[in-house]
This record gives sequence, C-alpha cells and structure tokens, in this order.
Amino acid sequence: MSTQIEQQETETEGEEEETEPAVESPGDQRRATKRQRQAERDIQRETEEASLDDEETVSLKVFRYDPEVEGKQEPRFDDFTVPYHKGMTVLDALIYARDRYDSSLTFRHSCRQAVCGSDALFVNGRQRLGCKTQLSELDDPVRIEPLPHQEVVKDLVVDMEHFYDQMEAVEPYFDADELPADDLEEQRQSRENREKVKMSTRCIWCGACMSSCNIAAGDNEYLGPAAINKAYRFAMDEREGENRKQERLRIIEQEHGVWRCQTQFSCTEVCPKDIPLTEHIQELKREAVKNNLKFW
Amino acid sequence: MSQSYNRGTVEDFGRWREFSAGMWAWIFHKFTGWVLVGYLFTHIAVLSTSLGGAELYTNTLQGLEALLVVRFLEVGLLAVAVFHILNGIRLLMVDLGVGLEAQDKSFYASLVLTGAIVVASIPTFLGGPLA
Repeated sequence: MSTQIEQQETETEGEEEETEPAVESPGDQRRATKRQRQAERDIQRETEEASLDDEETVSLKVFRYDPEVEGKQEPRFDDFTVPYHKGMTVLDALIYARDRYDSSLTFRHSCRQAVCGSDALFVNGRQRLGCKTQLSELDDPVRIEPLPHQEVVKDLVVDMEHFYDQMEAVEPYFDADELPADDLEEQRQSRENREKVKMSTRCIWCGACMSSCNIAAGDNEYLGPAAINKAYRFAMDEREGENRKQERLRIIEQEHGVWRCQTQFSCTEVCPKDIPLTEHIQELKREAVKNNLKFW
Repeated sequence: MSQSYNRGTVEDFGRWREFSAGMWAWIFHKFTGWVLVGYLFTHIAVLSTSLGGAELYTNTLQGLEALLVVRFLEVGLLAVAVFHILNGIRLLMVDLGVGLEAQDKSFYASLVLTGAIVVASIPTFLGGPLA
C-alpha cells in the first residue's frame, strides 16, 4: 500500500544523488529537504485554509491509523477545515479533505445516496451513514471515527468480514420448498405479506446496528440485529412454506440467536434505513416460543 | 469483534454521556436486579433471627430501625424495587411487542413514577422517632 511518507522518502533520495556532497552528511541534507518540503506544504495548507476565512467552514476531527506505516501505527486525530455549503454531508466533507488536503485519508464510499451501505461511520458518538448525515445537524467540530467493535484496517475502514459471516449464517436468500400449484412462473406474494416484510427488506448491510449493539460486542457468536432482521424477512415470507420456516426458526432460536437480544434499542436507533430491528427480533422470539411450547 | 483493536474510550463505558434511553434502562435494570438479589440475603439473615425466639427477633428489628443509615437504606431499597417493577412491566410490554415506538417514553415515565413514589415514602421511612 503506497502512502505519503514512503513517497516522500523515495523522492528526496533521488534528489540527493544529483546534489554535490557538501559538508553535511547526506542524511542531514535529506532531513533538511524534508523539513523544507514539510514547511512548504504547511504554508500551502495554511494559505488554503486562510482563504476559507470569509467562507463558512466546518472543522473535522478524523481518526487516523495505519498499521502498515511506521509513524502512523499510533492512532491519532487529524484536523481538517472544510468549506461548508448548504446540503453538505459528512461524506462530502471527507471527500473534500481527501482530495484537497491528504490523499492518504482512507474511507469507503460508493453510491453517496444511502443505498450501498459502504460509509457507515461513528460520527459524534453515534453510528451514522456519512452520505445521509447533514453537517448542519451536527455540533462543531465533527468527530469522525471508524465503527466501534470492528477491527480497523486503516483510518476509517473496518473489517466487515465477521459481519458478513453472520449475515450469511442465516441463509439470506429466498428458497421456497414448494412451487405454486398454478402454472404461473412468478411466485406471487399477497399484499399483506409484502407489507409485513417491507421494512425488513430495506437493509443495506452497512453494519451500523451490529456496531451499536453491545451484546454483539461481547459475544462474537451472536447473530446480531442485521442478520436476525434478514432471517425475519425470509421466515415471515409466506411463499417459502412451512418446512423451510421450521429450518429458519432452528437457526434463529439457537443459543446465540434471538435470545441474546436484551432490547436496548441501540440498533433500532442507529439504523439509517429506519428498520424496526428490535420489533422484528421480539416477534421472532414470540414465534420461537409459540413454536416450542406444547401443552399436550 | 470483542477482540477488536484498542481504541480507548470508543468501545467502553466511558461514552456513557451518549447512551440513549434504552441503554440506560438496561443498565438500571441490571443494577437494580443485582441490588435486589443482594438484599435478599440480608433479608433472610434478619428474618432468621426469629429462630432464636420472638424477643431476639424484636430486638434485632428495633435495633436496626434505631439506626439512621438503615432508614436511608430502606428508602434506597424502595427506589430500587419500584424502578425494577416498573421497568419490568415496560420490558413485558416490549416482549409482547406493545408500544415499541414509545419505549423511551415509558422508561422516562417509570423513572418519574419511581421518583414520585420514593418522595412520597420519605415521611413513612424517616418520620418515626429513632428509638
């Protein structure tokens, strides 16, 4: 992975061969050039930031960490001052900071319209989607960190592998065990049933809920709100048939399934798509009880 | 995820100022639950003195009631028990899927009600003479 620091070093080394050997050692020379470049860059940045004085600005405090570069292994916060315009989101500000100030600032983003689920971040102490959060509704300075309870890969990028594993553990695909009797190709769903699963289909796999859940933080095997919501979406789908539903309930009602949820409502509060996650988990709990309680 | 990289207070209870209603309800419910379990043991200990005869039992209770600390502890015990009961009802509703949109309001309501009941109980607990 190329980073700024490494680039600087190779550049100055190239220069050093051309210059005449003076009284100073090559190392001193190199350090001097490096200092000079740093000073130049600082001045450039200062002038750029000073030119923003007459504009409205937002200050960002961004978490920085890069395990692969010496000198960046210690987590720190970088400050960026970014010009504000109406309708600006946290993601817009990050993009500005990366493009103008520091190209090594790393974060995931793609669609910029709350559909791809790549840019879930920990903004001012809460899991939010960067592209969906208006800067105007945040207190200054805006503190941007990677999602808690997930391994940081670099800067704002976290390792989502465990989250995806949990999502896949509930078999998140439509899998009907019987086809409709009529000779239609489509497998039609009743309007009522569609309405029931509607909210649960809105999940964009951003991982905000999982990160906010402190049960999931302490129990790696817990499926987590997103995965249980996925399971809800298919378990409640009437087209799948009774046998498939039983299989799905078996996954859901395991020891580390729905029963780990302690209804803190953290997931429901941070979900950028407003999915009533706790409600779905609670309904699956009742479903599991009804499924197992037998009075004869 | 639990072995995630150490980022200081991001991942611990140092962020308690940012906790929401549901989180506070959970913490208070756990805390009051453990207090009540603890009280159960002292309760059994005090009641067991009746095995040593009626007089010993009366003396023990009168001795305890003569202490101002015990009076205050009783108020605290009432607060803890009332909150646990009210939040328990709230959790029952949550389990039944009733009014999940109002879960934060019901938490605040149980807090306010607890406060009111505790204040109303103060004359009863602290009013009697310390014999």
